[in-house]
Amino acid sequence: MAFVQQSSPHAHNARPTSRVMLWVIIAALPGLLAQTLFFGWGNLINVVWCIALALACEGAFLRLRGKPVVFFLKDNTAAVTGLLLGLSLPQFAPWWVSGIAVISAIIMAKQLYGGLGANPFNPAMVGYALVLVSFPVAMTTNWAEAAGLFGGAPGFGETLGRIFSASQTSIDGWTMATPLDEYKHKVANHTAVEILNHPTFGDWVARGWEWVNLAFLAGGLLLIGLRIITWHIPVAMLAGLTIMSLAFGNNPDQYASVQLQLLAGGTMLGAFFIATDPVSAATSHQGKLIYGAGIGILIYVIRAWGNYPDAVAFSVLLMNFAVPFIDYYTPPRTYGHHKARRGVPGRNGG
Amino acid sequence: MTQLWDFSGGIHPPENKHQSTSRPIREASIPDILVLPLQQHIGEPAEVVVNVGDRVLKGQKIADVTTGMGVPVHASTSGTIEAIEQRPVPHPSGMADWCVVLKPDGKDQWCDLEPLPDYQQLEREQILEKVRDAGISGMGGAGFPTDIKLRPPRDRKVDTLILNGAECEPYITADDMTMRERADELVAGLKIMAWILRPTRCVIAIEDNKPEAIAAVKTAAAEGTHIEVIAIPTKYPSGGEKQLIEILTGMEVPSGGIPADIGVMCQNIGTAVAVARAVLEGKPLISRVVTVTGEAVQEPGTFDALIGTPVQHLLQLAGLQAGKLNRLIQGGPMMGFTLTTDAVPVTKTSNCVIAATGSELPAPPPEQPCIRCGQCAEVCPMELLPQQLFWHAKAAEFEKAEHLNLFDCIECGACSYVCPSSIPLVQYYRFAKGEIRHQQAEQLKADRARERFEARQARLEREQQEKEQRRKERARAAAEAQEKKKAEAQKAADKGEAVDERSAKAALVQQALERKKAKTAQKTGQSDSTAPESVDKPDIEALEKQLTQAEGKLATMEGMLEEARAQQADNVDKLERAVAKNHDRVKRAKETLEKAREQHSNETTTG
Repeated sequence: MAFVQQSSPHAHNARPTSRVMLWVIIAALPGLLAQTLFFGWGNLINVVWCIALALACEGAFLRLRGKPVVFFLKDNTAAVTGLLLGLSLPQFAPWWVSGIAVISAIIMAKQLYGGLGANPFNPAMVGYALVLVSFPVAMTTNWAEAAGLFGGAPGFGETLGRIFSASQTSIDGWTMATPLDEYKHKVANHTAVEILNHPTFGDWVARGWEWVNLAFLAGGLLLIGLRIITWHIPVAMLAGLTIMSLAFGNNPDQYASVQLQLLAGGTMLGAFFIATDPVSAATSHQGKLIYGAGIGILIYVIRAWGNYPDAVAFSVLLMNFAVPFIDYYTPPRTYGHHKARRGVPGRNGG
Repeated sequence: MTQLWDFSGGIHPPENKHQSTSRPIREASIPDILVLPLQQHIGEPAEVVVNVGDRVLKGQKIADVTTGMGVPVHASTSGTIEAIEQRPVPHPSGMADWCVVLKPDGKDQWCDLEPLPDYQQLEREQILEKVRDAGISGMGGAGFPTDIKLRPPRDRKVDTLILNGAECEPYITADDMTMRERADELVAGLKIMAWILRPTRCVIAIEDNKPEAIAAVKTAAAEGTHIEVIAIPTKYPSGGEKQLIEILTGMEVPSGGIPADIGVMCQNIGTAVAVARAVLEGKPLISRVVTVTGEAVQEPGTFDALIGTPVQHLLQLAGLQAGKLNRLIQGGPMMGFTLTTDAVPVTKTSNCVIAATGSELPAPPPEQPCIRCGQCAEVCPMELLPQQLFWHAKAAEFEKAEHLNLFDCIECGACSYVCPSSIPLVQYYRFAKGEIRHQQAEQLKADRARERFEARQARLEREQQEKEQRRKERARAAAEAQEKKKAEAQKAADKGEAVDERSAKAALVQQALERKKAKTAQKTGQSDSTAPESVDKPDIEALEKQLTQAEGKLATMEGMLEEARAQQADNVDKLERAVAKNHDRVKRAKETLEKAREQHSNETTTG
């Protein structure tokens, strides 16, 4: 009788990667819903377009690399990259801008580095940063006005037409600067009260944006509850941003307030869905805290003193650079050891 | 309520224990044949003290360890020694090892027993000797000789003695059922061990998923003892020695150390019962409780089986449906190993046999890339970074893996259990550990070789110098002789004798030939003590080389063994066998060399 030979353990109860990624997609749906409700069909169209293109790119490249296409496509990671780009790009970003973002995300940032698990940088953010730097006009003038799906936002057909049309004439009345952009460009010669009168800020923090952020926050809490992500990165990132904002930006005539920092830009999406990408994030709990805090601090630094109104992509990418370094110096203390063995072997380990 | 601590990580796999706890412990019948491996413990294999054809009684010693660490093996029932041969033994590699094969006669006749019921009146050393003589080694899995464990290093005082009744692995119920049904015996065993060690605290720790066991042990321990029976939260691997110590004391066993370093000792439930039987009834360890479970058996349960009972026999008693059997595991589903055949015997360390169907423990899905999700680090009870260890193991960056404390990994399998990419992480760690041990052995070998080479180089140099010295002396002597001859010739010439130049030369040649002859004779006379430069003795040279090689290998093996012992690695027994084998090889090589030398010197002196 030939019995199966297997190394222990013999029992497994894993939630496969594909299901983990599916949960990430599900957890992002409230945010997408809020975006659609407040900003029209743009995000939804972008999401569908980006996911489709991401899967196509991934499939094509897997085939070129001689890897099993279906096996890897089923892990849903390319879909998540497409989803994140669709959620973060401007609602009316032309199809080729989002296309370039997706292609560079999947091919350059992911597949060329060796595919799933081997990319040092967050693929979606590489794509985002690339188009942000390359096409600044398209990336700043295509944000939808927070008119609301039932309050005057362009219909599905119109939105689709605009995204996929060849001509890129700006249509006023549909688009509007983002709250953070508005604040940044007016703060030099306006008071906070004057700026906040602009319709983009609405009644509470930033019209529409606040609900989108809260929806992403809710989705993020779901991910923590499901133990798909740990609390360390989001909490550290939000804490870093908040502390910086309270320490340096308590004068609203100079810097956007802390509630704008937290609820007006891509902060929550970044904190719970982007910075937590495990492949490109730090690994130990302590490392995650440093990594998250670094992102939060950089977001504030770039928003307050840099050229860009929002800064999630750049901050995440900059901290991605630091991950190997952080990992070297933040291993946990192993059971039975007095202290953690930091650094690289042969240096100060022992 | 006693204070308890928590260990980090851990998992809650489905327990699957109820299947085998619904029936009481069943007495397994005596099988047709008993296979008793000579090595069921860590240390030296036992040497057989009976012969094929001998009749032995139940409990009679059939093998013992005379030199080195180890415990004897006893006949589990009365019968005849049928063979002493290599048979498959329970080992992850599926290897065969030396076993005594006993044909039971069905009489089950005990040998004379010498119980020591008044052990408290005796010397501790006597009791420890009794424990050793009863063949008791740790019955939880490692099989460390219990008497040695009960003698902690002189400078270590055991304050806390823990009886490990956690039994955290799914499926296994041997300890649970023992605690339910033999609580009195295990408390008696614990008392004996406590009498030997005199700890200030005695604890029996049981996972709170075993209420019946807790109740039974509490009743047994209640009578005038200071034994604490503590229910600990159910979480795998709470029964890991290090984890259990942390739960109960909040202390950690130092890396590379033993629990006695922090004044703690853990003993197994089965071991305690065995100690009680050995001391109070004089009975050696010849049977143990084994769980036989899995969906491929119809009546899963626990059996009191004689050591040496083939697993096959137990499976039949439990109603095996052979067609359904897909994977046969000894131990639990987390840390157990698959058996290649059901002919292997129950040993002192066999606590569970799982006859699993294909659907019960399905093959894991294909491995996917690691996405560094960190689930493994969340569940690691040793607070390692499994994903980093995997990364380094896969990239063969062993130095980095070691730096991240690879050798602190207890291979509990929690990381593999939760890995969303279904990476066989533990297998990677075993591979890395094996490679590192191999490299260390190679390094040791290389160091030895370098030392040997340098020694040889020095010897050759010395010999060269001596040769040079001799040559110079000869040259001087020759020059002197020449001088003398010249002087004589001069004298003769002076005398006016006509000397033919030719005859003078001939005389010189003659002289040289004579010298040479004398030298050769001298050389052959003392041939066996000279260096092996002479061409006429290739045999001895080859043999000598063989001997050095064998000695080198033995030294390497011993080094490796020491290393493995220090790390309590699982290949200790294998290494020990290897060392023994190399011992023999060296001995053989020495003997043949000796013989060859004798022969040779005889030849040279006679010829």
